Amino acid sequence: MKTRKCKVLVVGAGPGGYVAAIRSAQLGMDTVIVEGERAGGTCLIRGCIPSKAMIHAAHKFHDLAKHAKKGGHMGISIPGPAELEMAALKGWKDDIVDRLNKGVEHLLKSSGAELITGWAEFKDAKTVVVGDTQIEAEYVILANGSVPIELPFMKYGDGVISSREALDIDEKLEHLVVVGGGYIGLELGIVHRMLGAEVTIVEAMDSVLPIFDKELRRPLELFLKKNKVKVNTGVFAKGVEKLDNGKLKLNFIDKNNADDESKMQSVEADRVLVTVGRRPRSEGLAATGVALNERGFVKVNDQCQTNMKGVYAIGDVSDLGEMLAHVASFQGEMVAEIIAGTNRAYNPVAVPAIVFTEPEIVSVGLSPDEAKEAGHPVITGKFPLAANGRSLTQEAEKTGGFVRVVAREDDHRILGVQAVGTHVSELVGEWTLALEMGALLEDIAGTIHAHPTMTEMTHEAVLATLGHAIHIA
Amino acid sequence: MGIFAFKLPDIGEGVVEGEVVEWMVSVGDTVKEDDPILSVMTDKATVEIPSPTDGVVKSIVGEPGTILAVGQVCIEFETDGEGTPVEEAPEPVEEVVEEAPVAKPEPVEEKSTPAPEPAPAPTPVVVAAPGARPLASPAVRQRARESGIDLATVSGSGPAGRITHGDLDSWKAAGSPVAAAGPARTAQTGTTEVPVIGLRRKISESMTASYTTIPHFSYFEEVDITHLDELRVHLNSTRAEGQPKLTYLPFIMQALVKALGENPVCNALFDDDKGVVTRHDAVHLGIATQTDRGLYVPVVKHVEAQDVWQSASEMQRVSQAARDGTAGLDELTGSTFTITSLGRMGGLGATPIINKPEVGILGVHNAVDTPVVRNGQIVIRKMLRLSSSWDHRVVDGWDGAMLVQRLKTLLENPATIFM
Repeated sequence: MKTRKCKVLVVGAGPGGYVAAIRSAQLGMDTVIVEGERAGGTCLIRGCIPSKAMIHAAHKFHDLAKHAKKGGHMGISIPGPAELEMAALKGWKDDIVDRLNKGVEHLLKSSGAELITGWAEFKDAKTVVVGDTQIEAEYVILANGSVPIELPFMKYGDGVISSREALDIDEKLEHLVVVGGGYIGLELGIVHRMLGAEVTIVEAMDSVLPIFDKELRRPLELFLKKNKVKVNTGVFAKGVEKLDNGKLKLNFIDKNNADDESKMQSVEADRVLVTVGRRPRSEGLAATGVALNERGFVKVNDQCQTNMKGVYAIGDVSDLGEMLAHVASFQGEMVAEIIAGTNRAYNPVAVPAIVFTEPEIVSVGLSPDEAKEAGHPVITGKFPLAANGRSLTQEAEKTGGFVRVVAREDDHRILGVQAVGTHVSELVGEWTLALEMGALLEDIAGTIHAHPTMTEMTHEAVLATLGHAIHIA
Repeated sequence: MGIFAFKLPDIGEGVVEGEVVEWMVSVGDTVKEDDPILSVMTDKATVEIPSPTDGVVKSIVGEPGTILAVGQVCIEFETDGEGTPVEEAPEPVEEVVEEAPVAKPEPVEEKSTPAPEPAPAPTPVVVAAPGARPLASPAVRQRARESGIDLATVSGSGPAGRITHGDLDSWKAAGSPVAAAGPARTAQTGTTEVPVIGLRRKISESMTASYTTIPHFSYFEEVDITHLDELRVHLNSTRAEGQPKLTYLPFIMQALVKALGENPVCNALFDDDKGVVTRHDAVHLGIATQTDRGLYVPVVKHVEAQDVWQSASEMQRVSQAARDGTAGLDELTGSTFTITSLGRMGGLGATPIINKPEVGILGVHNAVDTPVVRNGQIVIRKMLRLSSSWDHRVVDGWDGAMLVQRLKTLLENPATIFM
């Protein structure tokens, strides 16, 4: 067995791990990063990026239908319905993933970090074995990430799939059933609806995306209704049966009568996509001695330090911050700097969250309800996409939507910004910076916003909060 | 919903009680498992006790200065697996009012808070949401962190109280305890009561025990260290990489090893209950060290086995550990003789108080260029003043003076320290 000693060992090359490794190498530390699959992790290989590619393609296909109708649309018409070749679509998506994967490998290499492919098995907190190499590190950064939660009564396999397989579907589906109406299930459900499949969503809570308030959910719910996505809320999935025709039957039941078998309902599907959340991939960490919380997340302090000296955990596997790629990357960069001697801590004011449904939903900071609960005197203002020129020119207003600003009434400090609408996700950068800088409504009101862009809605929503929006009566 | 009564855990071998230094939670606070809730001081170490559970604090026992027995219930939580902290917030409000005197202890120790104004007490209703913490940009927060400034103590001059880089500058400028009092001179009538608790109480007790039982006699001498200083400067200018910079103290420590060895009566511990003096062959030197928390005496062990470089680095290490609060019990006990040095602050002389049960203590002042008479001529020599105190019950005046005179001879002829 070979021995490789290093200063910093990163386990997992997802958006947390690879950023940690690059920064660590940039700072002159001898860095090794171990990845069991492909560099890029869930985000690049089987999550954010491939799903965004599929969403883009689905939109294209969906829009072409308007041009195929008699008379076309906006003066553009095509002679017949657009055709969809799923295997080719998957190939196009895979090309994008391959490019990003190669890009990450290249970045690691040019920074000086050594990428070792294989599963890391821990001997103790600072010694891992990968194949025939034993790696001994002074510092370890655990970036093991997370995996989809499996339902015990309908395990993955035989047509029951997780988000990972859903992104590799290379045939047209007739009917997709989605168990779990959270952001992953809705994003993928809408993709397949736009690509022509029937889609049924089964959700135990009383609405889809229950983390957002009613006002924000409304345009999305209208879209689902208009596009005939069947949404069953307040029901429990009870299991899957394999039918003789090769299809699957998902059974579900009203959660208030869950014991009454006679009330059981069912729906037939080609695939059942289970998106009921993700759990930390911490099962292989026993030998490290790091403490886990009751849900399996590695316990860390505000510097991502575990209970073991010199061992850090970042991203989805740690119990600090949301399970989001940008949180993991931020923590990865921070931990590399902490190891190099900088005194830093994870203390963001606000972490933006985006759902790439149609329409998109985005939120940063406090919603009006959260702000009231926190004891703030609250004022809010909204501005609709329908009153924004740029939105109209790219048909972004068709799904409704608005930008909403939440601020303190007394000192006008901005507490949060939310929006729902086509293309609104790109607006969140300005809002997050405003929150981090402690901006007041007057700061944004006093900033010139370029015309014609969708960012003007931020300006107008702030003016509306102050009581004097220009472009709404 | 249930009540979880938490007993003061066993915090260390043989520890039966601890003194409350600070309650970090108040009645009505919502706490998470592992949040620090209580700081208690035992003999010499201060220990933070983490919360054993998630819950709302129902009651706490004691305030700073109270002695708690190990195993005594010190805090009660209302635990509840359901609901969120926010929803529970209104409920305990009544209790907060009722138990407020317990929940809001006086400040534990006198601390010169350099902020122009004391930070307002956090409102218990507001949870840790974006609005609940000091308003400052990421760059300002990072700079504060690196400078060790708690933003809660800085008042912001920006809109809505936003803390700017300029505010940090002003905070730093005002950080000196002798900040200007302002243009107008006004009569001051305020007083500040500082409870004598924690380390301060320990110091108070041990000083009283020493001064009321030991008849001290003090003896002063002046030492010509001109040659010693030349040696010191030479060694510093030719030292190897990694070797510490030498002050006078490591030389004095080395000379003490020799002088104490020749005068064993001075390197001893006196158990006055048993009436036994134990003389020690080893020289373990206590180094009186001023820290933010008060006086500590970390110990350099076995100076007789060290050279001057090792003495220097070991002294630096233990006194830094004392200042950082990381010194362990082993580093804070076991001295056979103590040195107290005021360093550059100097002074004409002092009557140091013996670190009981030791029998002597040496005070070291600063070196001063002084006109002295040599061979009928006035010449400038570097003179160092020493003050010593001795336990006259077991050290006669002659013995104490002998030791100091021997020390003087050694220091004035530095080569003999090493022979």
